[in-house]
Amino acid sequence: MGIYLPIAEISVNILVLLAMGAAVGFLSGMFGVGGGFLITPLLIFYNIPPAIAVATGANQVIASSFSGALSHMKRGTLDFKLGGVLLAGGVVGSTFGIWVFALLRSLGQLDLFISLLYVVMLGTVGGLMLYESVNALRATRSGTAPTLKKSGQHNWIHRLPLKMRFRASKLFVSVIPVIGLGVAIGFLSSIMGVGGGFIMVPALIYLLRVPTNVVIGTSLFQIIFTSAYTTLVHASTNQTVDVMLAFLLMVGGVAGAQYGVKAGQRLRGEQLRALLALLVLAVALRLAVDLFATPPNLYSLSVPGMG
Amino acid sequence: MRPARLALLAVLALATAIPAARAQTPHEEGIQIGLSTDAVSITAGFSGADLTIFGALEDADPQIARQGRYDVVVVLEGPARPVVVRRKDRVLGVWINLESEQFENVPVSYSVASTRPFQDITQPDSYKQLSLGSNNIYMQPGDPEAPPTTIAEFTKALRQRKTATGLYSENVGGVRFLSQNLFRATVRLAPDVPVGTHKARAFLFKNGVFVKESSAQLEIRKSGFEQAVFRLAHNHGFFYGFLSVSLAMLTGWMGRIVFRKD
Repeated sequence: MGIYLPIAEISVNILVLLAMGAAVGFLSGMFGVGGGFLITPLLIFYNIPPAIAVATGANQVIASSFSGALSHMKRGTLDFKLGGVLLAGGVVGSTFGIWVFALLRSLGQLDLFISLLYVVMLGTVGGLMLYESVNALRATRSGTAPTLKKSGQHNWIHRLPLKMRFRASKLFVSVIPVIGLGVAIGFLSSIMGVGGGFIMVPALIYLLRVPTNVVIGTSLFQIIFTSAYTTLVHASTNQTVDVMLAFLLMVGGVAGAQYGVKAGQRLRGEQLRALLALLVLAVALRLAVDLFATPPNLYSLSVPGMG
Repeated sequence: MRPARLALLAVLALATAIPAARAQTPHEEGIQIGLSTDAVSITAGFSGADLTIFGALEDADPQIARQGRYDVVVVLEGPARPVVVRRKDRVLGVWINLESEQFENVPVSYSVASTRPFQDITQPDSYKQLSLGSNNIYMQPGDPEAPPTTIAEFTKALRQRKTATGLYSENVGGVRFLSQNLFRATVRLAPDVPVGTHKARAFLFKNGVFVKESSAQLEIRKSGFEQAVFRLAHNHGFFYGFLSVSLAMLTGWMGRIVFRKD
């Protein structure tokens, strides 16, 4: 069943998009991430122009993170103050990212940059997560209790000035790394079309030592705003948000997420993290192969001034 | 005084032209085409289509028609737009867009239908003179200083990409004579056919010699909803973005309600 996308200006299969949304929604519900890092590459594999895949991916992420943040708000596992500070940095990062996006697009190097960024980010995060979770799995097998958060143990981040208290997270920390993290996530969000959950979650846990139960809700909360801002700016400067495409992905995604959450509850934390790490690495590998393998078409056409 | 003099000139011209024409060809054939509609709408379900164009020969010689020595080529040409062709090259093992060449006024789409294979209708030179066929459209390079070999390479690549994506297509046998004078041409519209004013042209050949050409215009546009979305996105980007964000939040919220277990 075909459907014509008004902005991408191509005809695509509606069932493929719904299935894609559902599959990513399932995984995002299972792992507690927005799923943008999966949807954008999938759209690119499905021949959606990368510029549109990125902007539309950001739009789709809003739906899944909004629905997730709502349930965390109900359970009280959402630190609004921490989210707000992250968000302030996020807006700065997004604005800069969209400027870089437009620049790269006019140079014809956008696709390459997106792919490189994906390979590097996903490769790093996936690698670190796999290393950590395998160690945790080993520790559980040998009998020692897994310790994610070593209380009382501080790193260099906790010695920075401008400290602020975040009650819900039971945290007293400098705002500099929090804002810095926000800027980085905002930048990545606008260029990669991701919410940034797959970077935010480990960063909050390992760098800022935020309690794990607050991390996902807070990260989802800030992702809603970062990706909403990214969507708005992409829509008004690049006109690359395809609302029809985004809607189909959202519908599939929201439905898939519900089953993902149930599947996720049957697995242990470190098993989940190991699986997520493998998934992230698989996407990175697939994109890396595309960078190095001889492309089927050496030539590509584009409208001047556009990717 | 003036109109009368013009009329007189015209009569004189006719008087001299007719005997000359009569000496070479007893018949001066004409060709006409008609479109059943002057606008095609792309709807949500659009996935490419065949467009039928009807046409007629005027003053056709019945004997030549019987022997099938009339040939018709019909072209549907999309709006012309500038295009950048980029070539990937390997840098440190990674494929990167390096060289590029811009072309002005390249038809976005170009579908041809013909009665017979092109090489059987007329000489290659004749196609070239008429700029007929995707291989004979002149693509004006944006940088006239560029070396001719580079231009040739990128022009070839441009045609190949257009053909591979179905925007440039050939339909040999796509033109059929329904009677001695009447013909029907079927040209393909690709799934990503561009919106805008398309030009349909019909070329008549007799015994391999070009006789006459006729053209008509066709507007291809997105249907109501798709067009509205496109316009909104381009003219009121911020508002469109705002709507997209709201729709996403609404969908997320609805999802919670529909699937809520707690």
